[in-house]
Amino acid sequence: MTSDNHTLLQITALSKHFGGLPALSQVNFRAARGQVTALIGPNGAGKTTLLNCLSGVIRPDAGEILFDGVNIAGLAAHRLARLGISRTFQNLRLFPRLSVLDNVLCGLTIQAGDSLLEALLRLPALRNRERRLKLQALEALDTFGLADKAALPAGALPYGDKKRVEMARAFVSQPELILLDEPVAGLNPEETAQIAGLIRQMRMYGKTMVLVEHDMEMVMGVSDRVVVLDGGCRIAAGSPAEVRVNPLVLEAYLGRMSVTA
Amino acid sequence: MGTWGKSKLFALRHRTGLAVWVLAVILLGTPLVITNPYNLGILNLIGLYVIVVLGLNLFIGYAGQISLGHAGFFGLGAYGSAVLTATYNFPAWPAMALTAVVMALLALALGVPTLRLSGHYLAMATLGFNYVVHAIFVQWDQVTGGPSGLSGIPPLSLCGLTFDSDIKFHYLVWTAALLALTLCLNLVRSGVGRGLAALAQDEVAAATMGVNVQRAKVLVFVLSAVFASVAGSLYAHYFGYVNPVPFSIFKSLDLVIMVVVGGMGSIWGTLFGVGLITIMPHLLDFFETYMDIIHGLILVVILLFLPQGFITGLVDLIKIRLARRRLAGSGSES
Repeated sequence: MTSDNHTLLQITALSKHFGGLPALSQVNFRAARGQVTALIGPNGAGKTTLLNCLSGVIRPDAGEILFDGVNIAGLAAHRLARLGISRTFQNLRLFPRLSVLDNVLCGLTIQAGDSLLEALLRLPALRNRERRLKLQALEALDTFGLADKAALPAGALPYGDKKRVEMARAFVSQPELILLDEPVAGLNPEETAQIAGLIRQMRMYGKTMVLVEHDMEMVMGVSDRVVVLDGGCRIAAGSPAEVRVNPLVLEAYLGRMSVTA
Repeated sequence: MGTWGKSKLFALRHRTGLAVWVLAVILLGTPLVITNPYNLGILNLIGLYVIVVLGLNLFIGYAGQISLGHAGFFGLGAYGSAVLTATYNFPAWPAMALTAVVMALLALALGVPTLRLSGHYLAMATLGFNYVVHAIFVQWDQVTGGPSGLSGIPPLSLCGLTFDSDIKFHYLVWTAALLALTLCLNLVRSGVGRGLAALAQDEVAAATMGVNVQRAKVLVFVLSAVFASVAGSLYAHYFGYVNPVPFSIFKSLDLVIMVVVGGMGSIWGTLFGVGLITIMPHLLDFFETYMDIIHGLILVVILLFLPQGFITGLVDLIKIRLARRRLAGSGSES
């Protein structure tokens, strides 16, 4: 399978079983560079499993994941992060005891370097780099409207703020691909609109995103393309307008209906 | 900006470095106040344990792992130096370095398979390691001198100065301890340190940030073993004598209690934890008689009420309280 310059992510025949249960069966999926591709489907459709395969949290059983033309299926999470894939989590996974700023700085782990000796000796190069990274993190906090909360422990923030800290942490390193797992779950309409605005803003900066979300209004508002999963299989794909009226999709969400034309 | 403002900014920016210097100056003058050799000896012992517990606290508090075997590394450091210098007349400093390198390799060999384990399994594996090490000290008579130990270990000397008294050793051990403290403070203020703090709180999230979780754990384990080994070597040269008793699994538990009192991941808290636990039995006979019971009680009570350890737990509580107050005060939009 070739990957043209337009396609950043090309998944072919991806499968994952848990015990005897298929979570993903032969799923094909494509995400275009600089676009927001939404992944929707009822609970248990395999959306989070797909994101987990993409971020190395779990290993797929079979299939190919071409990222920028390279097969990355089965690579460890930290190696995928190095390639420029970052993500947020459905149930927040902040580091609650670290400050908001340090949480976002964790998103710059790769840029910070991993030499133990350099860290122990705190060499001048490291000092300068730390200063630069701190500025970069503060900038991201500013973008996500958290500048005044940088010094607070992340665990003490209200839920909506935590969601935005996680997004800032995923975006701060300017990754190639960002996976957003239900970024507005549990948020009120006002906060949801704020997150949708941030996603649109990131898209304007040219970021490629894969969005898993249940809030259809939000999905339809920010996505370029929508892929629908049901029971581990891909059942539809297309523009938001096309997917909205696809009978297979309606059936998956609402149950079998007698479609009278 | 006035001079006052500038110096305030300087102090804020270099607060960690300044704090280490203040501590250094205090320790420089300590022997003028604590003149009693017995008390100075206790302070020296604190210095030795600070080195071990700093490393162990990185492993427990930062990497989020558990070791019940660090007295084993401490003991191997002591016996390594003792055997090399007393039995084989090896020069002391190279012996210390060689022992530390061997300890690093041993920790690497031990860490790579065992750090795939977690929780109870890792605790059991490290406990087993300490048990075996202690058994070797007791049983391998020809080399270790068995239960009666090894004597005749020469004191360390540097540039013609021999560290053969409590006061001289005070300066040596605390130089080493402050060096270890500085290294740890440097580490935790780096990306590597943040990666460790992150993986202690959530391994999956840390991995998706690019932290090589397995490598990071092994590195810190090796580092903590080297710290323990160097402290052990200093111990051997200070007392001139080693026996198996202070390197049993019970000492490992004491070291963990020091970490817990100091607080998981608190570098400065380590000084408090080591100080309190080391001084306690010397304060009152009561504490000495019932030491094990008191240690157990301290451990249980702290872990029940402040699972992050005493100092860290308190600091966290205060931070969260302040944060909540600020968020409430600013009428947070959510």
